[in-house]
Amino acid sequence: MSAAEKLVVRGLHVAVEGQEILRGVDLEIGRGEVHALMGPNGSGKSTLGYAIMGHPSYEVTSGSVELVRADGSRLDILSMEPDERARAGVFLAFQRPMSIPGVRVADFLRHAVTNVRNPGRKEGEELMPMREFRDELKKKMADLSIDPEFARRYVNDGFSGGEMKRAEILQLAMLRPKFAILDETDSGLDADAVRLASESIARIGGHEMGILIITHHEQLLEHNVPLRTHVMLGGRIVESGGPELAAELHKKGYERIRSAYPEAAAAEKAMEDTRTAEPAPA
Amino acid sequence: MSTGFEAPAAIGEINKYDFRTESPAVFKARKGIDREIVSQISEMKKEPAWMRDFRLASLEVFESKPMPSWGGRIGVDFQDIYYYLKPAEQQGKTWDEVPDAIKQTFDRLGIPEAERKFLAGVKAQFESEVVYGSLQEDLAKKGVIFTDTDTAVREHPDLLREYFGTIIPPSDNKFAALNSAVWSGGSFIYVPKGVKIEFPLQAYFRINAESMGQFERTLIIVDEGAQVHYVEGCTAPMYSTESLHSAVVEVVVKKHGRCRYTTIQNWANNIYNLVTKRAMAYEGALMEWIDGNLGSHLTMKYPAVYLMEPGARGEILSIAFASAGQHQDAGAKIVHAAPHTSGRIVSKSISKNGGRASYRGLVKVEPGAKKSRSSVVCDALILDDRSRSDTYPYIEIEEQDVSVGHEASVSKIGEEQLFYLMSRGLTEAEASTMIVGGFVEPLVKELPMEYAVEMNKLIQLQMEGSVG
Repeated sequence: MSAAEKLVVRGLHVAVEGQEILRGVDLEIGRGEVHALMGPNGSGKSTLGYAIMGHPSYEVTSGSVELVRADGSRLDILSMEPDERARAGVFLAFQRPMSIPGVRVADFLRHAVTNVRNPGRKEGEELMPMREFRDELKKKMADLSIDPEFARRYVNDGFSGGEMKRAEILQLAMLRPKFAILDETDSGLDADAVRLASESIARIGGHEMGILIITHHEQLLEHNVPLRTHVMLGGRIVESGGPELAAELHKKGYERIRSAYPEAAAAEKAMEDTRTAEPAPA
Repeated sequence: MSTGFEAPAAIGEINKYDFRTESPAVFKARKGIDREIVSQISEMKKEPAWMRDFRLASLEVFESKPMPSWGGRIGVDFQDIYYYLKPAEQQGKTWDEVPDAIKQTFDRLGIPEAERKFLAGVKAQFESEVVYGSLQEDLAKKGVIFTDTDTAVREHPDLLREYFGTIIPPSDNKFAALNSAVWSGGSFIYVPKGVKIEFPLQAYFRINAESMGQFERTLIIVDEGAQVHYVEGCTAPMYSTESLHSAVVEVVVKKHGRCRYTTIQNWANNIYNLVTKRAMAYEGALMEWIDGNLGSHLTMKYPAVYLMEPGARGEILSIAFASAGQHQDAGAKIVHAAPHTSGRIVSKSISKNGGRASYRGLVKVEPGAKKSRSSVVCDALILDDRSRSDTYPYIEIEEQDVSVGHEASVSKIGEEQLFYLMSRGLTEAEASTMIVGGFVEPLVKELPMEYAVEMNKLIQLQMEGSVG
């Protein structure tokens, strides 16, 4: 796998509104690999996703995120705008996607797909031909058992939790990124829906995509057996292991981890106290 | 009352659609307004005495009324305006003189070749006879009258006189009085009982361009059970040599009739656009105003529906886009004057680059208008910190047994929405445009197809360069 293109995170420190959330994260994901990221709420998992995608409220204070190609050339992700990152092949499936009232799923996706597939496209240039796009969208929706009517609805507007997650998976299928971060794509889904999501992700990912699955459960990993499972605590990845680690954490929780890494556990507690003392603005 | 609105002395952003050239008119009344000018206008048009008297009486009303103290700052010198320009003489420039920027705008909006010269003021006459001649014939067979108001004064005097100035009397407001004194052009439409016109009637179906004047006067009479959709204006830039545009539009919708009146106006940046629009809806009738306002320096426009008899319905959808140096003071007015009437107002405004958009609306329920229902929804979207939005919703209810709802929202383009779209590969500008397009979508989808397409393109143009 060493020859494959990789997403490489080194010593990443991230602050939100001046408070440090990530305290040095190292992670390396090759295309075709699945990694799982677990950890208690507030440990910084979503922050890692946002920071890699370039959310403006997440300030990277030090460290690097790079795409390292097979020939060794490096692309500095952190210097790019979020849309440039998307065009470079990075994708984040949101835990809580935003609704965009008045904008139809199909129109939004056609624009997105056009840009991501033609990274050099300038504003105002032609979009992907309508017929070609429609045919592809229809097929992908059928694969995911999504009602065709869905394409005409407004993006995430009035969607149920399950519909939002399926819409994110549909976007993943259409955009075919090199690297995807799936932030709790299983939350709010019933057991059948999680199974369907798990199968879909495995099918979409194939051997081409590097996937980081952020989850509290194992079910999503059923069809996406992780090469590595990482545990985040207090803004750092404190332990990495195989699929058995995911199973252990799911069954037994994080007590062993907290006692094994007292420094990270203390950081977690400190962050939690700050949060309680100063409620984040709504 | 201070409006807090300062007319910027140096407007940083030049409206992309501004263009002016000198037109060598053969006849122009001299500048200014007085009895002599008003009489002269009436004489030029060879009008009957009643119309001349109506104009002169209106002039007195105009002179007696003070400037409105609310809305926007109206910086108009009434004595520095030409009030009448003989329309045939408005032409005279050539296509070569039209600035490239405007030609490009036409290209981007996809305005058909045949209409461009007309819109750019190169031709006062649009070749509508060729294109729309058969439509005219078909309408005439059904007894529909569709002409300009000047012609109607000559050819349909009794019908016109029965309604003219009754829905909006000159005493209504200063600018209605001004229009009544100096009006010229506009459309006159009569749809006979039970006649339903299936396609939208557009101002350009008509043979000449007088409807595009500064002080146009439109009167629409929809007889019992009849139906019409009238479309005025267009998304293309509206050019005027004068800075004041003040129209009056009167509509009567009789028992079980339906009328929809759609306006999309995109004025050059120097224009004061002060318009009075009002409809009376009778038993079971439906009146809908769809009103899109772009451009201008100041627009004050509040389309109104008076619900006169039981079962009458009124709907007003308005959208305003205010950019640098622009103040859109737009809204709506619904008066419930009979029981079992219903009204709905949906207003959307967008302000950017220091523009100011205000919603000003009135819902009035008169005593005895029991079981009436009215709802008002106004949403404002502010694109940056320099821009402004205000809401002035007035509700006067003099009857207990009614239901009136009001919702207002003001939002800034959300960082989270932008980030979400950008994370899918859209640039910041594309993402903003998409969010704005979605914001106005509920209104745009009510427009006839070709207008909806143009409207969307126009929003894209408006949004260009607004980010970064």
